[in-house]
Amino acid sequence: MAIIIDENTKAIVQGITGSQGKFHAKRMMSYGTQIVGGVTPGKGGTEVLGVPVFDTVKEAVEEMEANASVIFVPAPFAGDAVMEAVDAGIEIIVTITEGIPVYDELKVYKKVKSEGRIMIGPNCPGVMSVGKSHLGIMPPQIFSEGNVGIVSRSGTLTYQVAYNLTKLGIGQSTVVGIGGDRIIGTNFVDVLEMFEKDNQTDLVVFIGEIGGTDEEEAAKFIEENMSKPVVGYIAGITAPPGKRMGHAGAIIEGGKGTAESKIRALNKVGVEVGRTPMEVAEIVNRTLKG
Amino acid sequence: MRMHEYQAKQIFRQYGIPTAKGELATNPEQVKEIAERFGGKIVLKSQVLVGGRGRAGGIKLANTSDEAYELAKQMFGMVIKGHRVEKVYVEEQLKIEMEMYVGFTIDRASKGFALIVSSIGGMDIEEIAVKHPDKIARVTVDPVYGLWDYQIRDVLYRSDMPREYHKEVTRIIKTLYSILIHNEAELTEINPLVVTKDGVMIAADARLNIDENALYRHPELKKLKDYTEVDQTERIAEEKGLNFVKLDGNIGVIANGAGMSMSTMDLIYLEGGKPANFLDVGGGASSEVVKEAVSIILMDKNVKVIFMNIFGGITRCDEVAKGLITAFSEMEIPVPVVLRLAGTNEGEGRKLIERFIREKSIDTIHVVETMEEGAKKAVQFGKEV
Repeated sequence: MAIIIDENTKAIVQGITGSQGKFHAKRMMSYGTQIVGGVTPGKGGTEVLGVPVFDTVKEAVEEMEANASVIFVPAPFAGDAVMEAVDAGIEIIVTITEGIPVYDELKVYKKVKSEGRIMIGPNCPGVMSVGKSHLGIMPPQIFSEGNVGIVSRSGTLTYQVAYNLTKLGIGQSTVVGIGGDRIIGTNFVDVLEMFEKDNQTDLVVFIGEIGGTDEEEAAKFIEENMSKPVVGYIAGITAPPGKRMGHAGAIIEGGKGTAESKIRALNKVGVEVGRTPMEVAEIVNRTLKG
Repeated sequence: MRMHEYQAKQIFRQYGIPTAKGELATNPEQVKEIAERFGGKIVLKSQVLVGGRGRAGGIKLANTSDEAYELAKQMFGMVIKGHRVEKVYVEEQLKIEMEMYVGFTIDRASKGFALIVSSIGGMDIEEIAVKHPDKIARVTVDPVYGLWDYQIRDVLYRSDMPREYHKEVTRIIKTLYSILIHNEAELTEINPLVVTKDGVMIAADARLNIDENALYRHPELKKLKDYTEVDQTERIAEEKGLNFVKLDGNIGVIANGAGMSMSTMDLIYLEGGKPANFLDVGGGASSEVVKEAVSIILMDKNVKVIFMNIFGGITRCDEVAKGLITAFSEMEIPVPVVLRLAGTNEGEGRKLIERFIREKSIDTIHVVETMEEGAKKAVQFGKEV
């Protein structure tokens, strides 16, 4: 069944006429994703990659019945793009853009939640329901369809783990990159809850990193609500405090958000945490066979 | 972007939060001259962008201008947690009756602003929370609805704030909230907020950190960024659009993606080595970016080996290989390079490197299959020299 998106998802690309938007729209289409149109203000009435471009999201929704949007709009305008998508009735919003001001992210978050929509990201690689639909920038060739769900704050590490799993003959159901920013639309707990209910998913791989307390919250959730096994990985045991490690959200502040604290919280609730991406795949393999 | 105390205080004053009389000095003679004008009794406050400068000897009291001069001579050039003191803020001494704390931060968990108030100040807020949990209170302010009076009353009551100060603290909290919002700050705090013997409330210290991503909307604040405070290599990396953090080991790390870069550092540590840096070349890195990354790593003379760990998603392994080949052709690379290429165009990338190694008879590039194997090899090289 997979989560968040499937073969029926009809998506538009906001920023489809930009180089990134166009490149990735093409890749998503070739994966089989239903990309039904694009939005670039001022370019309405034109066509890109064989689909119509609209001036507004509202038009795209009315004409093409889109229910999802992938946002490649530059950071200064990305908050605006999300707000527009919500008001136009888009249900699933995947915000790829990195570097959005945190005040925009806070307002966008409140808007998305109050309207009951799902936003993945910002600063994320997107969502892939393997073999069904892909909204984002993940490299499709490394995934194979199967029963392991992946939720992660890191793009490349997700690819690494999926690649290791695929090599061991273990496929994936849905892969969700929730993003590296401090304020993100969908957190670990939200995705774990969806995987717990998903009948295609038998095990969840959870890839966290330093910064914030989402992993600790997730540990609590796992203890109280998850019947499916979870295998973890946490990056940043060697990260110094007070320094931002690439992602806006990857920072140890006031002694909070260390890798040790997260690993401890996960171990405490019985989640095995791999020390390397390879070990994660091995634990998954052992757990599924055992 | 973290601001200096003297910069933050200037902004605080513009909004109407009182601060002590003060001036900035860049040498001991200036300190002496300011101290003379202030009547001798002053505080010397080193302006470094790091917490805990008081305990590290970065804040000193002087009672005469001569004493100020002597203390200033010691303070300039002093290194506090890796930050060299090049500016000293000279303030008149305050006669302190009471110290407290007020601050706002962005709270990731509640997706709002945390207003934190304590009727005790002058030490780290984390320390106050541990030592005096009954004197500290926090409330979440919704970024859409903003700050309301009842929320301020709530924290004042719960932090056991003396009643006679409620009115002025309320005014200061509201002003601080305006500063927070108008400047898109991630954090602003007054620690301590003092009441003087004369009954005046003054921000004795000031912190203001602005969201880097929002600086384009605040050109006047962007100008205040102090690049002398940023590590030289980190600054060059920033100009080149690379995410770089200097660490103190001897194994240079180049990877793509923040998580992957951290994971690479962690693997080195697990194998018994120490990473020299964090360096994320980002998604879709061009050969030019890869070459720049190598040159930045080599600026650190401690580096004994480079571990380049790439998982190609958007990034193409052939492009990375080309970057490494350009680096080898254009500069001297005196250390071994351990290279791991996987993912998009892995085969093409490896072929390019192998041909280059063969044609130029290079024996310092070591191609490995997995990141785990690469970390092991890099750590061996790191130990050899």
